[in-house]
Amino acid sequence: MRAALGILPFALMVVLYLAASGARLAQNPDDKLLPSFGSFGEAVERMATEPSRRSGDYLLWTDTGASLRRLALGVGISALTGLVFGVLLGSIPYLRANLSPFVATVSMIPPMALLPILFIVFGLGEVSKVVLIIIGITPFIIRDLQQRVMELPGEQLTKAQTLGASSWQIILRVVLPQVLPRLIDAVRLTLGAAWLFLIAAEAIAATDGLGYRIFLVRRYLAMDVILPYVAWITLLAFLSDWLLRVASRRLFPWFGTHASDPR
Amino acid sequence: MSPQLLRTSKFFTFITATLLSIGLLCSSPQALAKDKFRVAWSIYVGWMPWDYGDTSGIVSKWADKYDIEIEVVQINDYIESINQYTAGAFDGCVMTNMDALTIPAAGGVDSTALIVGDFSNGNDGIVLKGKKQLADIKGQQVNLVELSVSHYLLARALDSIGAAEKDLTVVNTSDADMVAAWAADDVTSVVTWNPLLSEILSTPDSHKVFDSSQIPGEIIDMMVVNTETLQANPALGKALTGAWYEIMAVMSGDDDAAVAARTHMATASGTDLAGYDAQLATTRMFFKAADAVAFVRSDDLPKTMENVAGFSFDHGLLGEGAPDAGFIGIGFPGGMSIGDSGNVKLRFDDTYMSMAADGKL
Repeated sequence: MRAALGILPFALMVVLYLAASGARLAQNPDDKLLPSFGSFGEAVERMATEPSRRSGDYLLWTDTGASLRRLALGVGISALTGLVFGVLLGSIPYLRANLSPFVATVSMIPPMALLPILFIVFGLGEVSKVVLIIIGITPFIIRDLQQRVMELPGEQLTKAQTLGASSWQIILRVVLPQVLPRLIDAVRLTLGAAWLFLIAAEAIAATDGLGYRIFLVRRYLAMDVILPYVAWITLLAFLSDWLLRVASRRLFPWFGTHASDPR
Repeated sequence: MSPQLLRTSKFFTFITATLLSIGLLCSSPQALAKDKFRVAWSIYVGWMPWDYGDTSGIVSKWADKYDIEIEVVQINDYIESINQYTAGAFDGCVMTNMDALTIPAAGGVDSTALIVGDFSNGNDGIVLKGKKQLADIKGQQVNLVELSVSHYLLARALDSIGAAEKDLTVVNTSDADMVAAWAADDVTSVVTWNPLLSEILSTPDSHKVFDSSQIPGEIIDMMVVNTETLQANPALGKALTGAWYEIMAVMSGDDDAAVAARTHMATASGTDLAGYDAQLATTRMFFKAADAVAFVRSDDLPKTMENVAGFSFDHGLLGEGAPDAGFIGIGFPGGMSIGDSGNVKLRFDDTYMSMAADGKL
């Protein structure tokens, strides 16, 4: 019953689309705006199973590979940086006083406004695309983790100190293990933004990638390619979120927030 | 507005437009006779006269004369304006000959080139960093807006030296970021249009190795209207054409009115009179209707369109279902056509421009 209720809005959307698309196609069989599901199928088959006339690549897979590589690099580096700085800023008040206002300020800069500077510093290749993702999401992860570290019960730290632990030992044995599942949560929250920056970067200058393809074929209104690509991106984003959730549950079964997970 | 806002808002316009059209455009009543029309334009040297015509009241004067209403709408994103026109949100829209073929015509929307306003005569160019020969472009990464007239210009330039696109790598680059991209060390060649072109050429060590004056008459800027709408409403064609050539007459002179008109267009496009005049110098405007009529009737135009259709087919722009470059027919004055004469979707029509030339509007 619950599943059926969940499917209802999707089914409604499909029916609406079919009606609108059918009406437009009846008037103009070549209509590109709302193609039929048949032409989606053809477009997907063409993009996924036939080598491109120009480059000989299987476009859907090369695009997906390129985008996922950029995304993984960007999110991976951001998570690592976020973890290191988040833990340090959260556990060492002296560092926090020094750096926290700076991180807070940097996180307010809209990364897209920095594009010309990024181009000049990092060129127009892969690096600038990854850097855009990093600049976009790292400050958020740092601030989130810093907050999570500061929320750890003070008793734990006192206890560890009473037992003779150094700051380093406290970070390594008390803070870090407790922060890791929260890092996964933070990454899950930033995935949406990471995709946004990835697509934006690929729209600006690229030779492949999911965002590149969408903005390219938009030039001749090939919605039969764009809509399946959008669906594919949504699926990939959903899957990566799901994988992170499962990983968090498997790796940190003691972590309490799983119960309140949606679904 | 910050670039981010601009970009996001473009993206959202696109999404919203798509969603809206699902609801609103299930049926677009284009063939009906009506008396209210909407035409779209975007910022480009050859299209700024529409803005002047709108604000100076010339367009509404001519619309009144034929008892109709014409709303002139500026769209900030060129491709978006064509997509909107193709979707049926506008009755007419400014675009180049290539985009008219690959977007509305390939999308099954029968379109007529009502007014051929100008062709690019140096407004589009290929620039290399530190190299002075076109042949040096081989093996380079070339930044350009893929599938645009820049891409076409590159293909034609490579033809002229017996090279092909496989000899280099094309990097799709947003026009909004072209000038910034040029500043990066790893960007060594670009193909772009004015005013970006002159901006890039003003930097040290940049050399223009090819421009559109070497393929004159091939990149054409025009006002395209929906053929069915035009046939049901000749008044739209008459009013737009009449207004256009009145604007041309005003702006082409040297008197105060001409300077005022061009200054208005310059300001509206974000430059000054000198900058705008410099762009006009590399644009072959058809100030007189008779010149435009002669251009549309010439034998060169079908040849150009054959080139354009060939390029578009090679790059998959005519749709994957297109069996060959002649899949979409293109009509010319006198009943002549190239390609599939049973599937003519783009028509060059000199009827209204001839009326203007003969003073019959």
